[in-house]
Parts: sequence; C-alpha cells; structure tokens
Amino acid sequence: MDEAQALGAAPEILRVDGVSVSLSGRQILDSVSFTVGAGQFTGLIGPNGAGKTTLLRVILGLQRPTGGRVAVLGRPRSRRNQSIGYVPQKVLLDPDMPMRARDLVALGTDGHRFGIRLRSHDRSQAVRDMLHAVDADRFADARVGNLSGGEQQRVLIAHALVSRPQLLLLDEPLAGLDIRSGQEIISLLGRIAREHKVAVLLSAHEINPLLPVMDSVVYLAAGRAASGTTGQVIRAEVLSRLYGYHVDVLNVHGRVLVVAGPAAAADAALTAGPALTVGPALEAG
Amino acid sequence: MHQLYTWVFEPGFFASAQVQVAATIGGVVAVVSTVVGVFTVMRGQSFAGHALGDVSTAGGSGALLIGLSPLAGFVGLGVIGAGVMEMIGVRRLRGRDLATGIVLGAAIGLSALFLYLDTTAGASTGATQQILFGSIFTIASGTVPIVVILSLVPLVSIAVICRPLLLATVSTDMAAARGVPLRLAGLLYMLALAVSVGLSSLAIGAILSTALLIGPAAAALRLTRRVGRAVAVACVIGVGATWLGVLLAYDSYYWGPGHQGLPVSFFIVAVVFAAYLLSGLPDARTAARHRRPVTPMTTSPADDRVAA
Repeated sequence: MDEAQALGAAPEILRVDGVSVSLSGRQILDSVSFTVGAGQFTGLIGPNGAGKTTLLRVILGLQRPTGGRVAVLGRPRSRRNQSIGYVPQKVLLDPDMPMRARDLVALGTDGHRFGIRLRSHDRSQAVRDMLHAVDADRFADARVGNLSGGEQQRVLIAHALVSRPQLLLLDEPLAGLDIRSGQEIISLLGRIAREHKVAVLLSAHEINPLLPVMDSVVYLAAGRAASGTTGQVIRAEVLSRLYGYHVDVLNVHGRVLVVAGPAAAADAALTAGPALTVGPALEAG
Repeated sequence: MHQLYTWVFEPGFFASAQVQVAATIGGVVAVVSTVVGVFTVMRGQSFAGHALGDVSTAGGSGALLIGLSPLAGFVGLGVIGAGVMEMIGVRRLRGRDLATGIVLGAAIGLSALFLYLDTTAGASTGATQQILFGSIFTIASGTVPIVVILSLVPLVSIAVICRPLLLATVSTDMAAARGVPLRLAGLLYMLALAVSVGLSSLAIGAILSTALLIGPAAAALRLTRRVGRAVAVACVIGVGATWLGVLLAYDSYYWGPGHQGLPVSFFIVAVVFAAYLLSGLPDARTAARHRRPVTPMTTSPADDRVAA
C-alpha cells in the first residue's frame, strides 16, 4: 500500500456529493461524500447493512437519492451512461442456461440493444481480448452456469469491462469465494485498474484482502462514510466517530483488525444497533 | 417398399385438405410456441405459460358462448390476462408467482361456467373437447392467413427484445445498470407469450398448450450451449412432433376395426414427451461414465433400531 499516493492526483471520474437515502423512513445513507480518480482502486468497506449496496445503486442511477448528487465524468448520472461497468452481488447463473462464457461477455457489448445481433468481427475480437485479459480463455466455451464461483466472477468482470467503461463497480465480489480465488480476483482487478486505466470501486465487509491493491478506502458504518488513504481512515478516532461508539484498530503483521471497545460491547447489549449485533470483532483478519 | 410407404402414410394423407390445413397451422404454431418457449424456460416462467393456457380456456369458451371464433377468445383474453399478470406482479419474483396463481384461479372458474353454458344452453356440444384439447383437423382453411399474421406478433416481439431479455434473465440488476427498459421488455415478452399460447390453444388445445411451449424448449436446452442453437433445435423438435402427431392421428383411423381416429393432441404431446426423455440420454451417459464407485455404507446402531 503506497500511502504517499494522495487522492486527487488523477483526474476525477466519480464524485459523490452529500448523498443521503431514506427508505420507508429509515436512514440508509447520511450525507456520504467522496471522489474516485481515474485508474484508482477504491475499497468500499463496511459491515453488513452499512449501506454499501444502496450506495452503489445510487451511483448506477438505479436508486434515487433523497439528497445530494452523483457525477460520473463530471456529468450527472443518467440511465444510458455506458461509462460504468457493474458486477452485482450474488449473480445466480443457472446451469441449465444455454450460454457460454463467451456469450455472456458478448452481451456486455450489446445486451441493451434491440433487434437480432449481426455477426461482427470487431465484437468477437473484443470479446476474445477481454476473456484473455481476465485469464478466462480456458473456459470461454463452457456453460457459465457450470463454472466455479471464481471462474464465474472472472466472466462477470469481463462482461462489465468489455464495453470499455472508465469506472467499474463491484458489489461484494469476494462473497462466497474461497480465500485463494478471492486473492486471485483482487490481484486481477488491481492489474486491470493499472493496465486498462479503469477506476475500480469494490465493496467488501473485510478490508484485509484489499490492502495490497487499494489506493484509497471509503469506510461506511451506520450510513456515514469516511474516505481517504487507509492510513487516514483506518484509525480508532475516525472509525469510532463513524460507528458512534469506541472501536480500536489493531495492526497484526500488516493486517488490520477493527474491534469494538469494552464499553461498546456493553452499549451493544442496551441499544442492539444493527452494526453491533455481529459481536465485538467487526472485522477479523 | 410400397407396402411400407402405405403403412407409414395411410392412403389419402397428402391429398387430404384437412391434413394440409392441420400441417400448416400446426407447423406455424409449433415454431412460435418453441421460440417463445425457449425464453419462457430460461426465465423460469413455465407457470405463467400454463396460467395463460387457462386464461385462453376461459377466452375460447366465452367466445363460443357469444358466437365468436374461439381463436379470438384465446388470443384476446390471453393478452388481457398477460397484461394483468404483469401489472400485479411488477418485477418481484414472489409477486409474479402470486399474480400468476390468482389470475389462473379466476380463469379456471370462468372456464367452468362458460363450458357448462356452452354445452347446456348453447348448441356446441363438443365445446369442452374442442377448447381444452384442440381440434386441428376441423379448422377451416380460411383461418390459415389469420394464424400466420398473428404468429408474426410473438416472433417480431421476441426478435426485438431478445438481447435485453437474455441480459435480464442473467440478472435484472445487470440489465437495469445497462439501461435496459425492463418494463417494456417484460410487457413485450408477456404479449408474445399470450399470443403464442392462444395460437397453440387453437392447434392442440388450451390445456395442452403448455406441452408445446415447454417440452421442445426444455429438450433443446439440454442439447446445446447456445441460445440461438437452442431456438433452432426447439423448432425442429416442435415442428417435427406436430407433424408426426398429425400423421399418427391420421393413420390411427386405420388401426382399429371400428375406424375411430384418435386425438391429434395426444400424439403431439406424446412425441414431445419422448423427445424430452431422449434429450436426457447424452447427459445420463456422461454421468454414468464419470460416476465413481460408491463406498459401502456403514450401518449405524440407529439404523438397526429403526429396522427393528
């Protein structure tokens, strides 16, 4: 992790400005602000229920914020904006679906278009290149539903990237993957961010797998966010302010552990907020 | 050789006007049903397809009652039913299932009433058989152009929305993020489904329409890894089953001593069912090759107790 690499050095791709969301009276996001620069790898970290998915949906234009605004490449987000690639959470690919990995990536180029597809050499080439970039040549002709979790994740990333967006959003791509596949996906995404100049915003409830590749972090807790480099954000006083109670940040052999303080554990029994019910260790390395 | 030929094609098969109309309408209907069916199976909406069959039953029997052609009722009420289902069950999978069930129940209730009135008050004594199980040999040749024109509605709809529909089948979130108009795609698909079910109600009966919709598509999905090919394979199975069914029904007239022909719908559905069973063979063979020897189970004391 290069702490010296400051935010704002790269041209701005995404600006989230005071975004708030309330759903049926419940405050999900409370005035969240941060920016993502071109080619930067940003981790969106927070416990379950912190509002990560909602925030990604606001950026995609699938969820209207109750306050604040989002700008992608300086323009307000519109539904037809093709500059964002997206890998949603828990995509269930049916094994009975007659679709090869190659076909799913091809849908990333023109899946939104009407009419029947005509053969195009350029598109096939773009699909082949993208499958190669995510190291998926081996299973390009297999049914997507029969691939392993890690292989499916690669295909979904290729699908999201084949239209050459400048921003790639991934919602919990590591959920359900074993540690090795997770690490492979992360280093692949780090490489793609560098080589293809794509800004990556990836949500996860666990920060440690991302530490080697992250340029910056957006930490979300109880609907509030803190952003900056990991050195700026992953600190006891910053995170305590977010959570609204005292937490400690421990460094163990280069890994980070966020632990609720003893007083917070007592509070938890009284208030039983959603972030607290998971137990004192909010993140385990 | 000639004997074999006449054994397969009983005398007068190709010359029969009824056979020609039946083969034409059956072929067109099979193409439409299977093309729509591939998407229906992939989207997991077989239940909606079946429910629309029941709506068609109500439509067809109601049309007979007021002196309209059953086809108008099949398609007309089917399209309305599809619209209602799409309106009630907006996007939520559970909502969609409930909406389907509610519309289905109402449709069967209406069918019970209409068919009762058809057979008692009306003059159409064969209404129940005709509506539920089809009457492909009694269709007037004047119906052919109407069927062909109607068949364009689902075919064109599917051609227009096939890519957004596929993307939405993989993940509605991914489709929505790409700016796919999900409501429009969903509505056009339901329109295609309703018209296709209405058409196959005419050919093989409202109740059996599901068989032609689902069977060939399900068999095709087992046999290929690509959607385009699945559509082609499903068409071949669907059209083949329909024509073979027509042939067998025609021949069945000569089988028994009483010269009593058997219903076409039975033969079509039987061939579709056989095709589905056969489509599982390649998979079953691979599975058998890869099957590992089963380790003998150790009996636990608990099992002994149960046995005693």
